[in-house]
Amino acid sequence: MKYSYFPGCSLKGLGRAYEESLLPVMKHLGVELQELNDWNCCGATAYMAVDEGKACVLAARNLALAEQNGGHQLLAPCSACYMVLNKTQHYCQDYPQMKETVDRALASVNLKYSGHSTVRHPLDVLINDVGLEAIRQKVVRPLKGLKIAPYYGCQIVRPYATFDDQFNPVTMDKLLQALGAEVVRYPLKTKCCGGSLTGTLPDAGIRMVYILLNEARKRGADCLATVCPLCQFNLDGYHAQLRSQYGDAVLIPTLYFSQLMGLAFGLPEEELGLKRAAIPFRWRPAAPVAKAGASVAVA
Amino acid sequence: MMKMVRTIKYESDRVPGFGKEVMSVPGCEQLKSCIQCGTCSGVCPLSVYMDYSPRQVMELTRSDFKNEVLRSHTIWLCASCYACTVECPREIRITDIMYELKQRAIKERVYPPRFPIPVLAREFTDMVKKNGRITEMVLVMKLFLKTSWLAGMKNWRMGLDLMKTGRLSLVTEKIKARGDIARMLDTVDAKKEN
Repeated sequence: MKYSYFPGCSLKGLGRAYEESLLPVMKHLGVELQELNDWNCCGATAYMAVDEGKACVLAARNLALAEQNGGHQLLAPCSACYMVLNKTQHYCQDYPQMKETVDRALASVNLKYSGHSTVRHPLDVLINDVGLEAIRQKVVRPLKGLKIAPYYGCQIVRPYATFDDQFNPVTMDKLLQALGAEVVRYPLKTKCCGGSLTGTLPDAGIRMVYILLNEARKRGADCLATVCPLCQFNLDGYHAQLRSQYGDAVLIPTLYFSQLMGLAFGLPEEELGLKRAAIPFRWRPAAPVAKAGASVAVA
Repeated sequence: MMKMVRTIKYESDRVPGFGKEVMSVPGCEQLKSCIQCGTCSGVCPLSVYMDYSPRQVMELTRSDFKNEVLRSHTIWLCASCYACTVECPREIRITDIMYELKQRAIKERVYPPRFPIPVLAREFTDMVKKNGRITEMVLVMKLFLKTSWLAGMKNWRMGLDLMKTGRLSLVTEKIKARGDIARMLDTVDAKKEN
């Protein structure tokens, strides 16, 4: 299995623990990722607020680069990148005037986007290409006893639900269960974390973070699992404000699903970026269980 | 003296043609079929902070009340979570309409000075045009410089955390084909002028 890999700016910055854990986990599963050469920022939500034509052009350059490299499957782990790249594909298909704008801009730098590349999310690849059975077989330290609130956030299923349900996504639930963890019922799984409002309008943004953490606390979760660098940053980075406004009880650690996979696979902890979070995650699975060859019954 | 504020809009407050103009933008066409059911306002996690609810913004836009919507807080509070868009029974892409309104407000500069959200959007786009990528920490510093030093200082604790966890990187991320990015974006501008 081979994919072009589009890390996006966050995975090289504040969200580097996501990349640090995702790469060894994918390698361990035999998934080959080739980083897109000289990729640029997807434009995120900020560019759409200034000029949607330019936003689509920026995203389309990456799609064109992926096609040029022959890698028609582009893996985008960041939710904002994933959504913007998908949105650009939809806009180019649905609106001829947008396609023309994109084509003209790409032609000015000798690039071409034909529309053949597909944008994939790691959860999609893990569930549909790798498969849960292959993942289960790699688990040497099951996350037994760990209660996780699965938090998907907005932009991987909205507005374009390609691999999971728009209102009640379950792919990460299944994945975490395959790792041996207990997934708690978490009705806020697709509620917004506030995005950049935590920084620009803290009264509103931090309150949204509190609502998410407090619900996880009420459901008895030991941690939250996330798929998005901005969600992780919001749920983890504002602990000082959260503590002073709402007390210690809501300070629940938030991990990337890939970090939890790495722990269950028994990969070296230093490779998983666990020390990048401000709210520490101290729980560890029990020592590896020896696999007793072919006689192990599959439940 | 009691301060009197008129709560109903007059016909003369309209800017004729504004609604039609917005509805001609890709992604905004469906606005004409809005039934004012209020589902968008109900599912929006930020409507409690808004001056006009999303439902009201839809009707004000369609009915040409340009000044009211472009000056509203609502368009800036939209965090692009798309909850309204997927729930709308008329398949109106409300989030995309909010984007369109933000674009117009930025173009016409009708937002309070030092208001952080449009400032962030501008700094973000400038950085992408210059470097091809975003260096998050530099972006955050610029935002605080251009809006509120005090708010920036209040986040000292976070700076310390980021340093401790090896995430406080101020080295600017740049791509090789920076010239290509600028040329592509200029091509879009040139087309608009024609």
